[in-house]
Amino acid sequence: MSDIILEMKNITKEFSGVKALDDVNLSVERGEVHALCGENGAGKSTLMNILSGIYPYGEYTGDILYNGTECRFRDIRESERRGIVIIHQELALSPYLSVAENVFLGNEITSAKGVIDWHKTHQRAAEILECVGLAEENISIPVSKLSIGRQQLVEIAKALAKKVELLILDEPTASLNDEDSQKLLHIILSLKDQGITCIMISHKLNELSSVADSITVIRDGKTIETLKKGIDEISEDRIIKGMVGRELTNRYPPRERKIGGVAFEVKNWSVRHPDDPERAVINNVSFHVNAGEVVGFAGLMGAGRTELAMSIFGRAYGCNISGSLKKDGKELRLRCVKDAIRNGIAYASEDRKGYGLVLINDIRWNMTLASLPFRFSRKSVINKNDEIVASEEFRKKLNIKANSVQQTVGALSGGNQQKVVLSKWIMTGPDLLILDEPTRGIDVGAKYEIYEIINELAKQGKAVIFISSEMPELLGVCDRIYVLNQGEIAGELSREEFSQETIMKMILAHARKERPAI
Amino acid sequence: MSEKSAARKKAGSINAKQYGMLIALIVIYLIFTLLSGGKNASPMNINNLFMQNSYVVILAVGMLLCVLTGNVDLSVGSVVAFTGAICAIFVLDLGMSIPLAFLLVLLSGVLIGMWQGVFIAYLRVPPFVVTLANMLIFRGLTLVVLNGQTKGPLPAGYVTIGAGYLPEINTYFLGRTKVEMLSVLAGLAGSLLAIFMEVRSQRKKSSYGFAVPPLWQTAAKLAIIIVIINFFTVKLALYNGLPVVLAIMLLLIVIYTFLTDNTVPGRQIYAVGGNANAARLSGIKTQRVMFWIYTSMGLMSALAGIVLSARNASATPKAGDGFELDAIAACYIGGAAALGGSGTIMGAVVGALIMGVLNNGMSLIGWSVDVQKVVKGLVLLGAVTVDLLSKKKNA
Repeated sequence: MSDIILEMKNITKEFSGVKALDDVNLSVERGEVHALCGENGAGKSTLMNILSGIYPYGEYTGDILYNGTECRFRDIRESERRGIVIIHQELALSPYLSVAENVFLGNEITSAKGVIDWHKTHQRAAEILECVGLAEENISIPVSKLSIGRQQLVEIAKALAKKVELLILDEPTASLNDEDSQKLLHIILSLKDQGITCIMISHKLNELSSVADSITVIRDGKTIETLKKGIDEISEDRIIKGMVGRELTNRYPPRERKIGGVAFEVKNWSVRHPDDPERAVINNVSFHVNAGEVVGFAGLMGAGRTELAMSIFGRAYGCNISGSLKKDGKELRLRCVKDAIRNGIAYASEDRKGYGLVLINDIRWNMTLASLPFRFSRKSVINKNDEIVASEEFRKKLNIKANSVQQTVGALSGGNQQKVVLSKWIMTGPDLLILDEPTRGIDVGAKYEIYEIINELAKQGKAVIFISSEMPELLGVCDRIYVLNQGEIAGELSREEFSQETIMKMILAHARKERPAI
Repeated sequence: MSEKSAARKKAGSINAKQYGMLIALIVIYLIFTLLSGGKNASPMNINNLFMQNSYVVILAVGMLLCVLTGNVDLSVGSVVAFTGAICAIFVLDLGMSIPLAFLLVLLSGVLIGMWQGVFIAYLRVPPFVVTLANMLIFRGLTLVVLNGQTKGPLPAGYVTIGAGYLPEINTYFLGRTKVEMLSVLAGLAGSLLAIFMEVRSQRKKSSYGFAVPPLWQTAAKLAIIIVIINFFTVKLALYNGLPVVLAIMLLLIVIYTFLTDNTVPGRQIYAVGGNANAARLSGIKTQRVMFWIYTSMGLMSALAGIVLSARNASATPKAGDGFELDAIAACYIGGAAALGGSGTIMGAVVGALIMGVLNNGMSLIGWSVDVQKVVKGLVLLGAVTVDLLSKKKNA
C-alpha cells in the first residue's frame, strides 16, 4: 500500500445554506505533485482553505487525516506548525520589506527574548533562496523590486523557511509568463525530489498534465474522479471532460429572441494597468452588441473581463485607454462614469458589496443613487416622494424580499441585494447593461429570477453584456459569447457553436500561443 | 405577523436613535437645572449658552460634512484664529469698512478651504495630514500677522455680529419686567412655521397615497417643538432679545440641513462616505465632492473667526485653540459614524449643545475646568461606544 500523507474524508462546507463542498474526498500520496482541477467556483480553493485552517474546524464537517493522525485546525498557524503551507493566488509579501525579511515574515529568527537575529536571518535566507533558484538575488532590496515571477519564488522560499512538508499552491502560474512558469514548475519538481509533497491548483491544464502525478477533478463541490499518471490517461481533453461534463437541465427561462441591429460597437480597445502603465491589461479588443441581444463574456479569472467592462464604463478602470466606442453608429467620447450613465451605459459590478451598494443605507437610497441627478431631482433638490414610489415599484416588480424600501440593504440576502443593484441600473434607463457576475454567490432560485430579468431587458430591446465565470450559465442565457483570455479576444461563438469544451479549448489554445508578457 | 412586528420594532429603534441624543440633551439640561438650583434656566444664562457655543455650532455644521466622508479637519481652530486676525487688521489697520472686511475674510476662508481641498481631493494626500499641516501653518501665520500681540479693541459695529442683538422693537414694561417683543414674535412665527411645514409635508405624502402618522402623534410632536421654541424665545425676550449669532446659527442649520437632506450634492456626500467605490461607479465625482466639503469647511471657519473676534472685541494669537476637537466631538456625540456615511446636521448641533450645556452647567455648580475636560471626554467616549454597540446589535 502506498504512503498516504493526507486524506480528507467526506468534507462538506456550507456558506449560508449553499453547499460549496458536498462530501468531497481527497487523498494525497507522500512525495507526489497532486493537481486539483475544476471550474471557477467548483470548490477547489474552499477545500484548500479548510485544509490550511482558514475555515476552522467546526465550520465544516468531515475528517482530515494528516500523517495518519486526525487534525482539527483552528487557524492557519496550527496547520503551519504541522508543515502544511498554502501560497495564495494573491501574493502575501510585504512590498517594502527586504527579500530576506519577507522570507521569514511571521516566522522571524530570533535570539533570546524576541530580538531578531539579523546575521542568521540573512545567512539562512540566502541558503533557502538558493533552493528556489534565487541564489544570485540581492536579499537586502525591497521585494517589490523583483518581478512577479521572482516574488512567487520568494513565496515558496517563505514556505520552505517554515519547514514545509505539504505545500499548497493556488494558481501559482496564473500571472506568470511562459518562461517564469517553466522555471516555477521546475522548482516544484526539484522540491518533489527533496520529498516535499505538493498540491497545486491550476487552470493551465497543459502544465498539469506535464507535472502532476495525479489529478483530482472537482465539479460543483463534489469530487468527480482522481486520475493517476501511468494508470489513467492524462490529457487535456480528458481533464476538460471531467471538469465540465454535466447535463444541462432546465435551469434557464426560455426567451423569445428578437435581435436588432448593432447597438454598441467597440473597436481596437486597449487598456493599460492604472498603477503600471507599462502593463497591457486589455489588448486590441473589438466586439459588438446588438439591440435585444445578450452577449456573454467567458474567460478564466484574471482574463480581463471586468477590466474591459469598467474601462468602457466611462474609464472607471485603467489608463492610456485607446480605441473607439460607438453607440448606434455614433462615436461616444466618455470621460467619466457620469458621461457613461448619461449615454445609456450601465455597469453592475461583480463585487456588489464593495462596488455596488452602500450597505448602511436603505433600499430606496441605493436604488436611486445613479439616477438621482436626472430622474429624481429638479435643480438639485431631491423629490423623496418620487423616490419612494419608484423604488416601491421596483421592489414589487423584481420581487425583492424586504418589508419596505426603508430596509437597510446590508441586512438583505445576496440575491435581494443583487436585485437592488439591478434596479438601480435599470432606473438609469440604459441602452447597454453590463452585468458582471450578476449571479455570484446567490442561490439557485434567485439566479433564475435574475435570468428572467435579463430576458425581460433583452425583450425591451436593450443590449446586454453578461460576464460570468459559470459557463453553463453563459450557455443557457446568452445569444453569442466572446471568449476572453489574457486581455485578448480568444474567439467568438454563435449559439449553434456553444459548448463548454469549445470555450475551454479556445482559452487553452490562446494561452498556448501566448507570448511572454510585456 | 412576526415579520410585521419586527419591522415595527426596527422602525422604532431608528426613531429612538434619532431622538436619543435630543432626549439626552434635555435630560442633561434638566439635571443641571436641579443641581444649579435653576440658575442654568435664567434668561441671562440661556443667552450665554447660545453666545458661548455659537462658534462650536457653526464649526460642527461644517465639520459634519468632513465626518460624513470618514475624515476630519484639524485646521479649523487655527483658521478661526487666522481669519479673525486678518479681519481685525483689515478694519483697524487698513481702515476698511466692516461689511467689506467681512466679505473679504469670508472669501479668504473659501480660498483656504480650496487650498486644502486641492491637496485632499486632487493630490490625494490624506485629509488628516493636510489639515494637520495647515493647523500648524495657520497658527504660525496668525502669530506672524499679529506680531504675537492681541489686536483690539474692535469697533462697535464689528462687535455686534458676535455679541450684539437683533434690533429691539416694542420694548415695554409689564410691571417691572422688560419684554423684548421681536423675540416673542419670532417664537410665535417659528411655531406657526413648524405647523405649516408639517401640514404641507403630510398633504404631499397623502397625495402620493402614503400612510400618514396618526393625528395624536403629529400633535404631540408639534406640541413638543412649539414648547421648546417658545421656552427659549421667551427666556431671551426677558433678557436682551435675539442674539445676532443665534440668527446666523439658525440660518446655517436650515441651509445645511436642506443641503444634506434634500439635494443631490448632499446625497453624494453620504454616498462618498458610505462607500466611495460604489459612489464612483454611480457617476459621482468623488474628488469634486471632497473638494467642496473642505471649501465649505474653510468658509465656516472664517465665519466662526469673525464671530469669535467680534465676541472678544479683539483678535488674539491663541484664539480658537482646540476648537477643531470640540467640533469633531460634537459630530460624534451627535451620532455621526466614525467611519463615515451616516450622521445629521441636527445631530451635530445637538452634540455641540450637549457639550455646551455640560460646560455651562459644570461652571455654574463650580466644577473646575480640569474636571470639565474629564467629563466631556467621558461623554464622547460613552456616546460613541453606545452608538457602535447598538449598531452591532441591529446588524
